[in-house]
Amino acid sequence: MAPDDSFLKVDRRAFVGGSAALALQLVLRRGGRAIAAEKSLAEVEGGDATPSLWIAIGADGVVRLTCHRSEMGQQVWTAMAQLLAEELEADWSKIEIVQAIGHPRYGDQNTDGSRSVRKNFHRLRIAGAAMRTMLEAAAAKRWRTKPSKCRGEQHFVVHTSGKRIAYGDLIEDAMKLPMPKPSALALKPRERWRYIGKPVPSLTVPKITHGEGTFGQDVRIPGMRYAVIARPPQVFGSPSTVDDAATFRVPGVEKTVRLPNASPPALFAPLGGVAVVARDTWSAIQGRRALRIDWEAGPNGDYDSAKFEAAMMAAVREKGEVRRKRGDVYATLTSSAKRVDAEYYVPHLAHAPMEPPAATARWDGDRVELWGCGQTPQRARQTVAKICGVPEDNVTINITWLGGAFGRKSKPDFFAEAALIAREVGAPVKVVWTREDDLQHGYYHTVSAQRLEGGFDDEGKCVALVHRTAFPPIPSTFDPTQRSPSWGELRLGASDNPFVVPNLQLESHAVDAKIRIGWLRSVANIYHAFAVQSFAAELAHAVGRDPKDYLLELIGPPRTFDPNEEGAEYDNYGSSLSEYPLDTGRLANVTKIAAKMAKWGRDLPQGHGLGIAAHRSFVTYVATAVEVAVDEDGQLTIVGVWSAMDAGTVVNPRHAAAQMEGGTLFGLSNALYGEITAKGGAVQQANFPAWRVMRMNEAPRSMEVHIVESNAPPGGVGEPATPPAAPALANAIFAATGTRYRRLPIFGADRRDRIERIERKGA
Amino acid sequence: MKLEINGKSHEVDASENTPLLWVLRDHLGLTGTKFGCGVAQCGACTVHVDGVPRRACVTPAGSVEGRSVVTIEGLSGPKAEAVRKAWEAIDVPQCGYCQSGQIMSAVALLQEVARPDDTQIDQAMAGNLCRCATYVRIRRAIHSAAGEEG
Repeated sequence: MAPDDSFLKVDRRAFVGGSAALALQLVLRRGGRAIAAEKSLAEVEGGDATPSLWIAIGADGVVRLTCHRSEMGQQVWTAMAQLLAEELEADWSKIEIVQAIGHPRYGDQNTDGSRSVRKNFHRLRIAGAAMRTMLEAAAAKRWRTKPSKCRGEQHFVVHTSGKRIAYGDLIEDAMKLPMPKPSALALKPRERWRYIGKPVPSLTVPKITHGEGTFGQDVRIPGMRYAVIARPPQVFGSPSTVDDAATFRVPGVEKTVRLPNASPPALFAPLGGVAVVARDTWSAIQGRRALRIDWEAGPNGDYDSAKFEAAMMAAVREKGEVRRKRGDVYATLTSSAKRVDAEYYVPHLAHAPMEPPAATARWDGDRVELWGCGQTPQRARQTVAKICGVPEDNVTINITWLGGAFGRKSKPDFFAEAALIAREVGAPVKVVWTREDDLQHGYYHTVSAQRLEGGFDDEGKCVALVHRTAFPPIPSTFDPTQRSPSWGELRLGASDNPFVVPNLQLESHAVDAKIRIGWLRSVANIYHAFAVQSFAAELAHAVGRDPKDYLLELIGPPRTFDPNEEGAEYDNYGSSLSEYPLDTGRLANVTKIAAKMAKWGRDLPQGHGLGIAAHRSFVTYVATAVEVAVDEDGQLTIVGVWSAMDAGTVVNPRHAAAQMEGGTLFGLSNALYGEITAKGGAVQQANFPAWRVMRMNEAPRSMEVHIVESNAPPGGVGEPATPPAAPALANAIFAATGTRYRRLPIFGADRRDRIERIERKGA
Repeated sequence: MKLEINGKSHEVDASENTPLLWVLRDHLGLTGTKFGCGVAQCGACTVHVDGVPRRACVTPAGSVEGRSVVTIEGLSGPKAEAVRKAWEAIDVPQCGYCQSGQIMSAVALLQEVARPDDTQIDQAMAGNLCRCATYVRIRRAIHSAAGEEG
């Protein structure tokens, strides 16, 4: 786990606010290769005021931490600061965050996959310890004593005699000292942690409550114009005729810009269309409304969700390509005492972050600077450079706060749009995506069909399980010949099936993509967990068993397993299986805790039902129990939600619990209401409420989260709550009413919101 | 057009039909009021007009001439401070984008109803979407702000 010693450097030329600063640069490594340049990073041009300062303490004592990951509500600023402050023994009030620009020198800046803490937990503590050690050594030198008699404590170095000196007063001396070897640094034992594992308040919230802070939509620079774009309704469609005469009669409209047509592969390139540039957003929106455009539908004009669904469901009724195999599933099914099968469908979903995408670009000669709400600043830099035909070094990407993202903002097409339009206009331009743009021109969560079949022995034990999955894969966005579900998607809840069933098989079917497919919070885990965890309850029902007990039996005894041994290519979310094994004991443990929290087995009022689901994703284990009530009219109320998470070491329990609450409700919202459909290749949902999101009055009244105390290395926290939410809800509705929902969403945009009752299960 | 925003008078060069949202954001630089949908479905743009919550995205700027507009930047008073304190005490916001609107609606609710119950909170807040789904903490914080203020 420990990176080698060479990843720490001192930048002796660093300055903060005009005075010397002790600065530390972490050379992040990817694939064993150092990424940072050898020269002082202060010489690299760019928009970041202190580009070399990964971490710096100035003479004023202020600690500036350059956060290379994007802040999108997961509280990454706070978590990164906690890790540094812990070993630095920093005074929390003296920490400031500088948001990093997009640059390879920062290592992996891709803020997705629930891994910011996972990948920086060790490095930032080592950095803090190194700085503290240098400050202690500087104090020892000044006091002519041994460093072992000096220790950093809350921004002072304190001598055993009790005398003390502020960190800021030691900077000049500390800078001249050699960097300690990371392997020589002793990290604090867990019981001495004062920040890690504590509910440290958010660094962003006090600004948010006053309307401060800058999101992508909020960027303002002098002379800036505003643009909105009329994009082709179909992916790879194009305008055949454009009449913008009426547009120019709208007051405030200054220009229209024709964008290049898009062609496969979609990548992160703009979709094309016509931009309307105006002196404010409203004028641009009005001007776009006045455009008269005839569109050529292109190759995806035949995309019809209803037909597509029928074809995918038909596909999974046939055998597919085998992707993981244990035993002989078909022979066992044939000889089974009893068999049960079920088919599941999950539609396209939209990310719909509350802040629609936005980016601002300003050109200076052949150099361009951008500001936007990006999850992947380096990918934005590459995309803008490629689309505009300039070297990457000519592109500076500044990252704002992200008003939600959920995966949408890791696709930087909107940065490239801003750069293209600003170059045409000859002035800075902000491209504003409206909600309609966001919902109709996204990178959608894929559409999926699945079929599961199980066979039982005489005692009702599941002895064979075949799982078939079909969906247009994410790689199709980058290479249209990619039609087959990728290992990277199968590992999300399908190839890592934890069930102890002796004969187990995973099969997949290839499907063409007719729209841009992208990753959305927890990605393929959404549909795989929905099918697998719903089916676990269906198996229990088929043999008259309690669904929680049967789920625990399927999970089986505590053990670790490796899907690679059964024909799957399994990469464990980029973490090693030795450090982060697939551990059924931890999965069973969270299941038992959630069941206990929900008082599983208690007498329930008439019309109530309890459901449970458990799932490991992003190397974290979550189980969720849901209680619903369905009244005589079929009206559904989510009475309570109880969740248990084992994410190993948790840096901030307050914010981890917030991710559990939000991630669970994100999953419940999608399950209840989420559906994007296409007709004639165009997305049919234009705005809220056609795309429906859970509202306050639809949220559960009661929600409890338990975070398992653990010394295991940290797992992901932002995504793992989402997958078990939908199956727990579907299982609860079944328990209450006998109605099994295998097709999501449960309700539609029509707001009828009635559950059909098949049989009353009662208590 | 002359508008009174947060107690200050502003001369604005925009048509009277321009939604107040874009006057605030693009003309006056008051970006705390957010754009989320443009059709009064998400509440991110909520402001107070003469003390009453309004969706700025569908409010023609001309219609608030001679009236008092308050945005998140200018929101003050004991209810506002109680709400901010309650929000910060349990870190209600995640990404924060919808929270200006949530806070504007919550303060307006507490000005109407000193100690709202869950149903009153749900009714008053149902127009404010949160995709991070911070609803459970919003409810808790409103109760706590009500207790604080009592």
